Amino acid sequence: MISRREFLQAGLATSAILSGLGTSNWSRVMAQQSLAQDQLLQFDDFGNLTLIHITDAHAHLKPIWFREPDTNIGIGEAAGRVPHVVGEAFQQMFGIAPGSPEAYALTWPDFASLAQSYGRMGGFDRIATVVKAIRAARPDALLLDGGDTWHGSYTSLQTQGEDMVRVQNLLGVDAMTSHWEFTFGTERVQELIEMCRFPFLGANIYDSEWDEPAFEPYQIFETGGLSVGVIGQAFPYLPIANPSWMFPEYSFGIREQRMQQVVDELRGKNVDLVVCLSHNGFDVDHKMAGRVKGIDVILSGHTHDAVPEPVLVGDTIIVASGSHGKFVSRVDLDIRDGRMMGFRHKLIPIFSDVITPDAEMAGLIDEIRAPYQADLEEVVGQTDQLLYRRGNFNGTWDDVICDAILSERDAEIAMSPGVRWGASVLPGDITREDIHSVTSMTYGQVYRNEMTGEMLKTVMEDVADNIFNADPYYQQGGDMVRVGGLAYTIDPNAAMGDRISDMRLLKDDAPIEPSRSYVVAGWASVNEGTEGPQIWDVVENHIRGTGTLTTRDAASPITIKGI
Amino acid sequence: MTLLTRRAALAVGAGVTALAMMPSVLLAQDTAEEGLSAEEFINEFTGGAEVADGDGVKLTAPEIAENGNTVPISVDAPGASEILLLAMGNPTPGVARFSFGELSGSQSASTRIRLAETQDVVAIAKLADGNFVRTSANIKVTIGGCGG
Repeated sequence: MISRREFLQAGLATSAILSGLGTSNWSRVMAQQSLAQDQLLQFDDFGNLTLIHITDAHAHLKPIWFREPDTNIGIGEAAGRVPHVVGEAFQQMFGIAPGSPEAYALTWPDFASLAQSYGRMGGFDRIATVVKAIRAARPDALLLDGGDTWHGSYTSLQTQGEDMVRVQNLLGVDAMTSHWEFTFGTERVQELIEMCRFPFLGANIYDSEWDEPAFEPYQIFETGGLSVGVIGQAFPYLPIANPSWMFPEYSFGIREQRMQQVVDELRGKNVDLVVCLSHNGFDVDHKMAGRVKGIDVILSGHTHDAVPEPVLVGDTIIVASGSHGKFVSRVDLDIRDGRMMGFRHKLIPIFSDVITPDAEMAGLIDEIRAPYQADLEEVVGQTDQLLYRRGNFNGTWDDVICDAILSERDAEIAMSPGVRWGASVLPGDITREDIHSVTSMTYGQVYRNEMTGEMLKTVMEDVADNIFNADPYYQQGGDMVRVGGLAYTIDPNAAMGDRISDMRLLKDDAPIEPSRSYVVAGWASVNEGTEGPQIWDVVENHIRGTGTLTTRDAASPITIKGI
Repeated sequence: MTLLTRRAALAVGAGVTALAMMPSVLLAQDTAEEGLSAEEFINEFTGGAEVADGDGVKLTAPEIAENGNTVPISVDAPGASEILLLAMGNPTPGVARFSFGELSGSQSASTRIRLAETQDVVAIAKLADGNFVRTSANIKVTIGGCGG
């Protein structure tokens, strides 16, 4: 019997083939498209079942730029462990050469210049090509979508998620789970589920009144002579991180005991494999994998981590497939006698200049975008720097958004949510579509109100604890709330209430006084009845008024200590 | 793929049956005796006997409350005669004292409690052999974050 460890080594060898392309002649390889596509899709079929995982596309139908984080602090056991490894350390951990296509796809250094060479990534027409190629080799493959699929773009907001359901149906998704889907509201979610030709799973979604399961927890697929149980796990903290008044009928939570019960139920039905299609976030999945017994594969979403190799916890493998359509994971499994005996995996980077678009999907995407094409492509202004969001603290896009809020809403302090979605923009034109990529949502009103210094500190401490709590089960994913007009120091490893210090108002460098009131403006409030202009209009007005956004010379007003 | 829930069942008029099928919840005595501290509640419950941490009592609670005003809590202690439930950080820590008669089908109960702030909720069960066993869960009450 071959051990799992050996199969892991085999998996590594497969990724090494991609690494072997090298950097020096990549441009030449890029020009020879058929060769490059073959290399990207190269996979020695293995075992008797293939899983295909996509997650957190955030409705980005077209290829995008997306800079991976330069800061992703791991707390406690997670420190120094994937996905809390970034930049050069990530490159060293996985043997990736600086400047290589993998370095461009997976890490942040030299992003803007590498982007010029390697081009955009993602696009559902390219994803369709990859899925079709895998299915040609493995007709019994299951395509599982981890959610955050319906939300996040101009067209998804205009069509209230319907554009994405059409794309999922054409792509042949076999099951999905959810998070931002619920921000369209219960009624719309139910309408969209009716349109889906696949189950919408959520073992941890309960009726909030009766405290009983409200959605199908799992689906058993009979495929290739195997019985495969796929459990859905929705984002546990939806009613806390997003507006619960939009879906008051539902309660969520990690519900570890429920997960164990559902796994046991599937095992009782003698399935050959138990897969958890999860929107927990990576660290939560890592902890859950060590506590819930009997899950073979966790397909992990929510925290947008692109991890080149599965992570093993006991007998469970965790596969994380990035975000925004940049990657598709292929996982081949050898299943015998109701046991997973081995696996081979590849995180396939979707280089849009290399992979030929699937004509049928490209046609659907064109059809979806046609009514909005002029609005989407309108150039609103320019930037002389790379705009990006992803990272634990303010990215350059967040600074622009906070500046827009400060000036358009005449506030002293701006707050912008630490979400991980939103594409990057290279120096040059900024289109309306670019703005919506980082702002689209069903509760984008920009509020303006007064907040005491004490309340500000409480809010900052609260958000910091949601990200940096040492126990992953208390982490909500996401990043630190973005701020404008405010400087602060943070010690992520400190206890709640002690992380934030030295808060100062940037305009006069005065310490934030607990009892003084400050004019604070922000967006994405979870409170019902929030009033104000939509954030994308605020940002567009600001950019139009500015013309060309220029690079800030000042040092970051955020100081990180203790790391 | 929504399941047929009791909410849905009620909506189509089958509610009476559904309600009748609910198990009759066990005796929940009023423990909100003014002024008692958590320690005093525990002493009164155990009569000063030793309380061990253990698996004999199980507490099911969310890690983070979706709404601090109504947090669903379940306790389960096979064979127990009584379970004491305390919210250690509330001004009045006493939540409930469940007593189970000999004919109880199971020694479990569910309720909703109000939590003033992030705190530990403690369940102590008096087992069939007269020993006391305790477990706790930290429940965070948050003002909300910004999900990714």
